[in-house]
Amino acid sequence: MLEVCNVNTLYGKAQALWDVCLEINEAEIVALVGSNGAGKTTLLNTISGFLRPASGSVEFLGQRIDGLPPHSIVELGISHVPEGRKLFADMSVRENLEMGAYPHHAWKQREETLKQVYQVFPVLKEREKQLARTLSGGERQMVAMGRGLMSRPKLCMFDEPSYGLAPVLVLEVFQIIKSLREQGITVLLIEQNVRRTLEIADRAYVLENGRICLEGACGELLQSDFVRKAYLGL
Amino acid sequence: MPILEGEGVTKYFGGLAAVWNVDFHVNQGEIVGLIGPNGAGKTTLFNLISGALVPKSGVIRFKDEKINGLKPHKICKMGVARTFQAVKVFATMPVLDNVLLGSFFGTPHSTSSADATREATELLEFVGLSAMRATLAKDLTLANQKRLEVARALATKPEILLLDELMAGLNPTEVAQDMELITRIRDKGITIFMIEHVMKAIMSVCDRIMVLHHGEKIAEGTPQEIATSRTVVEVYLGE
Repeated sequence: MLEVCNVNTLYGKAQALWDVCLEINEAEIVALVGSNGAGKTTLLNTISGFLRPASGSVEFLGQRIDGLPPHSIVELGISHVPEGRKLFADMSVRENLEMGAYPHHAWKQREETLKQVYQVFPVLKEREKQLARTLSGGERQMVAMGRGLMSRPKLCMFDEPSYGLAPVLVLEVFQIIKSLREQGITVLLIEQNVRRTLEIADRAYVLENGRICLEGACGELLQSDFVRKAYLGL
Repeated sequence: MPILEGEGVTKYFGGLAAVWNVDFHVNQGEIVGLIGPNGAGKTTLFNLISGALVPKSGVIRFKDEKINGLKPHKICKMGVARTFQAVKVFATMPVLDNVLLGSFFGTPHSTSSADATREATELLEFVGLSAMRATLAKDLTLANQKRLEVARALATKPEILLLDELMAGLNPTEVAQDMELITRIRDKGITIFMIEHVMKAIMSVCDRIMVLHHGEKIAEGTPQEIATSRTVVEVYLGE
């Protein structure tokens, strides 16, 4: 479904990604783990078009998407739930969600999608009219995830969705991500909660200093000495 | 002996009691954890202590002196420093200058810039950012921006440090580094009051833990007591 091939991405002269290759098959949950500064967010930004790779290619459903602007990439069916939520602070919860529905096909179905999002996150229905800036951290994360789903994506990329959430909500977020697959949504997940991530994902890539240094089925990675030491703190 | 204490601290946002009738104390030399569901009022309580917000009622004392109603900079100068959940570094300034600002601000009398630079350099070493002293703060990873905030706060020479989710977004190995950092701060004689969702850290680092829920204190005790409290498991820990 998605194929990232030999991608190199630079910030000015500083190279953040080196020959990165990654592929995601339909209906998979794929995890991307790595230390802070390893390049995980850069890779997501390269896929969603916020950054252009200096070389290499990104293909989605057989079409080259590197070089396309972010809004065209959303139209094609990739949605990006960014690190730190990035909500429109002075807009209401409902307005924030609607902002996610601007791709043409999604806009027509927005009422229906909104209902589905409210089903997944009932608290957002209660807070529909509240300004995003008045929400707690957990509620903001739910709006960000909901907004990501409003574009009716085929592939949804989550950048640290459990960031700053209370343990009970963390469990819920992982449950929700797992349930997306049942709705036919493919997932690329960045998370620091490495253990739980490897438990729900099918495959994972480990990124270190901008390079993929390990990839495999999650079951294998959970057993790997390197992963246990470097990322599980065991 | 409490270095920081609050009685009946209350703050409303519109009609909503964000913090309601909360009593708390932090003893000299302690590491106290503050946990609770998202939206429970934890950061609001920190904002009340640091003077960013003023409580509607109740009193907050630092070393027996009432501080609620004072401006944030006064409270900081008295010896209460903090970091922020949503980081507030000076984004376009180099890392070292961010810390220098803390040094110059916190010193009651004039410091030579050589002394301040030496001190800031030591603090960067202490939090593990020496290699990045010339980098602009905005170019640091989020985890490192949070460590920078710790260094900047320490530069004001606090007696108590409020840490608001220092470890969010860190992987378990990085969490272990920060746990060690917190212990080293305490070993400098600085009292710590910390908000954190990373249970592994809070349970092993804290002497005592307070739990807020819907703005009210619902539990307080040793990590052991909190981990086994029925209420806390229900509203916060899950499972």
